[in-house]
Amino acid sequence: MSTIETHTTRVTVTVNGREVSEEVEPRTLLVHFLREQARLTGTHVGCDTSNCGACTVLIDDEAAKSCTVLAVQANGHKVTTVEGVGNGSGGFSPVQEGFRQEHGLQCGYCTPGMIMACTALLAEDPQPDEHQIREALEGNLCRCTGYETIVRAVQWAATNGGAGEWA
Amino acid sequence: MSLIGAKVLRKEDPNLITGQGQYVDDLQPAGCAFMAMVRSTEPHARIVAIDTSAAKAIDGVLAVWTHADIAALPARPSSLPGMDMPLITGDVARFVGDIVAVVVAADRYTAADAAEAIIVDYESLPAVASLSQALAPDAPMIHPVLQGNTVFFQDYTEDLSAEFAAAPRTASLSLVNNRCAPAPIEPNVVLADWGPAGLTVWAAFQAPHHLRNTIAAFFGISQDTTRVIAPDVGGGFGAKINFASEIFLAAALSRALGRPVKYTQTRSECMVAMFHGRAQEHKVDVAFDDSGKILALKVQVTQDQGAYPDATGMGLPVLTTAMSAGCYKIPKVAVSWRNVVTNTTPVAAYRGAGRPEASYMIERVIDLIADETGVDPIEVRKTNFIPADGFPYQTHSPLAVYDSGNFAGALDELLRHADYPALKAEQAARLADPRAKLLGIGFASWLEIAGFGPPGSLEAFGHLASWESAQVRVQPDGSAIIYTGASPHGQGTVTTFAQIAADQLGIDFDRISVRHGDTAVIPQGIGTMGSRAVAVGGEGVKTASTRVFERAKKIAAHLLEATEDDIVVENEEFHVRGTPSKSVPWSQVAWKSFQPLELPAGMEPGSLDATVFQQVPNFSFPSGAYCCVVEIDRETGDVDIRNMYLVDDCGTVINPMLVEGQVHGGVAQGIAQALYEHMQYDESGVPRTATLMDYLVPAAPDLPGYVSGRTVTLNPSNTLGAKGVGESGSVGAPPAVINAVVDALSHLGVKHIDMPATPQKIWSILRGSK
Repeated sequence: MSTIETHTTRVTVTVNGREVSEEVEPRTLLVHFLREQARLTGTHVGCDTSNCGACTVLIDDEAAKSCTVLAVQANGHKVTTVEGVGNGSGGFSPVQEGFRQEHGLQCGYCTPGMIMACTALLAEDPQPDEHQIREALEGNLCRCTGYETIVRAVQWAATNGGAGEWA
Repeated sequence: MSLIGAKVLRKEDPNLITGQGQYVDDLQPAGCAFMAMVRSTEPHARIVAIDTSAAKAIDGVLAVWTHADIAALPARPSSLPGMDMPLITGDVARFVGDIVAVVVAADRYTAADAAEAIIVDYESLPAVASLSQALAPDAPMIHPVLQGNTVFFQDYTEDLSAEFAAAPRTASLSLVNNRCAPAPIEPNVVLADWGPAGLTVWAAFQAPHHLRNTIAAFFGISQDTTRVIAPDVGGGFGAKINFASEIFLAAALSRALGRPVKYTQTRSECMVAMFHGRAQEHKVDVAFDDSGKILALKVQVTQDQGAYPDATGMGLPVLTTAMSAGCYKIPKVAVSWRNVVTNTTPVAAYRGAGRPEASYMIERVIDLIADETGVDPIEVRKTNFIPADGFPYQTHSPLAVYDSGNFAGALDELLRHADYPALKAEQAARLADPRAKLLGIGFASWLEIAGFGPPGSLEAFGHLASWESAQVRVQPDGSAIIYTGASPHGQGTVTTFAQIAADQLGIDFDRISVRHGDTAVIPQGIGTMGSRAVAVGGEGVKTASTRVFERAKKIAAHLLEATEDDIVVENEEFHVRGTPSKSVPWSQVAWKSFQPLELPAGMEPGSLDATVFQQVPNFSFPSGAYCCVVEIDRETGDVDIRNMYLVDDCGTVINPMLVEGQVHGGVAQGIAQALYEHMQYDESGVPRTATLMDYLVPAAPDLPGYVSGRTVTLNPSNTLGAKGVGESGSVGAPPAVINAVVDALSHLGVKHIDMPATPQKIWSILRGSK
């Protein structure tokens, strides 16, 4: 009987401005690296086909689904998660605050991915119209809100500081 | 100032928007092992052999279990005798997704490797993939105890042949209420830790006490050492009330291995393993006159139960039956129903659970009558409505005594938002222009039974009782903690219950916390389902808060040397009415409530603490009127919802922002059922939509914006006047959407189109008409 090959490789990623360096199996997904090695559990897993977007993070400031990226592919890159967009001491980013003000979340499970997708959208286009917001969020599923309040959350953020800043 | 009706931002949000929420999969205790499943890939098959040797040889694999390893344990709770669902199936697999073997390994990836390494030798058996296959003569059988595939049959409650024979007009309709996957974005997740001091289970679940009691009974252990914690739960929609086999397996394996065991469903597993919803077929006959007045209604409901009937799933047609007459005064109603097994995923509660099916049926019937008589659908509704002064209204069903409502009022309010004459004119103009998209206008006047419920109602579904618990505990500094048994999963209960308590206690909203979801801390509770949290649990918070406040007033009166009746509270200060200078702050009253020397004679220390098991005398009946306007592309058959007007009557609104959120979410799921979602099986019983690639959970571009209005009739069964709103949208939206689609195509002679109204179906109709 053969056993599974389990050699590991070192992966070093700058997560939210902090260097995280771990020995991982080459097949380790970035989302599991973030959740289980970096112990940042804000980034969620909602599917296995990259449809739901609950795992959305920023890699070098661009939105990416961290369940479709291997941790080794992020080696040497900068990753920003939902934990990295507020000011860290209870202050919220404009997008986070928009979600709160406009009731853009209920159960909260899709929310971190939504916030990162919305953050990336506003970084690229600070004043999107409703149609552009909906199209930009096509890859992020929410089962609770029906999306209208998420659209409003993005609009709130657009008029109250935009994408915000992060490390 | 009252907080009832105020748009208050949610206490839940700061954690959830910063990634600090705590869902079960976020927990990783020391030594945590991971469970993975081998699931049947066959719809119906004899299991000839299972080769686990390769899996067992993998480094890090801690356990590989098959049926023999759980043979001493009971079947999945909520199974039906003789049709039990074993935690791990034995000789026969009965649906794609049935658990065949379980592995536990030191990490997530190794567990998946080991599950892959298990080889199952199946011998295929003939399967029944649909109701028609299951009910065919000589159909293959799933459970020999049945002598067929029908689990239960209820004949028509009344013979209406005389009414139908005498009626000026009759019509018939066959409807399929498509099978849906609840698909919360967080699937089923469980972490079990069975240590020397007892068993703790963290589960994504809607009713933690219900689960705690069931787990204790299942393993024959004491409830006091069995603890269930439902931390943040990533959506439930009814599906997380079901006793998933994985929960019991995780506990059993934790006991066997002496370490915590965690299991997280993959989405592909969730699509076939988490119980589905709807899956009903209706045959409807209606008798009416030329004015559209309904004289009699006959409905035959066939409920697909999937491979293993579930106690909750068995009850779905009961709720459909109770609500079959909708908002209408129908002299004679007779319903027959049957529950049928098929080689598919079991079916149980999904948002609305039996009531969207009823609403869809009766609202389609109304439009059919309009089509047959030429009377406008609005008029047909108004002709048949139960009048606003007609409550309480005893329906054909002993279960449903409508307590309140104003159906005509809601429809009038709807027509204030939706300009019906203008829409009709636009529709006619577009019809005349072959290049224009078709326009369809659909209405639904809907009503549901919610606020579960009066004594006996939830007991019938296996729950301990139908009340909900609330405990209010004032802390020595004058802040308060509320404990509720109605454990939420996104509803905003922490916020609404704090609003209710703040009003009664006179304590600032910011100094009130709401705790839930831990059986070691919370008084025995029931849970969140059936739009009951506010109508029952919230009322409990009000009752307990009132009791505490009355006692606080006694202490304040004692401290101020005044009579209790003269004491009022303002800005967290008790004072004597008319004498604001004579006052004592809430914080002092609270502090002294713990000090025997400070208390009035006869009062015990710690009395600012009350626990209530809130009962309600009746269900509640949220209602409303929706209008959907669709545009249909004549070339592609694509449906686009241009407008969605929503008028809801949920009684008293505690927080309008949260009510709007609940309505939007329910409507989104209703639109999804009407246009997009359909859990499909091929003829052999293999699921065709088992991933989010194939099963269309709508995204932001697929759904419209909403225009909301409101009417209010109060719920007489609680002092809040609140009815509940969680399921409303899912009840009202599907008929509004399909009525609109049919309306857009009615010039082609279309009388009905089954959900989901996909572009393919509509394109075929449009093509056939050319």
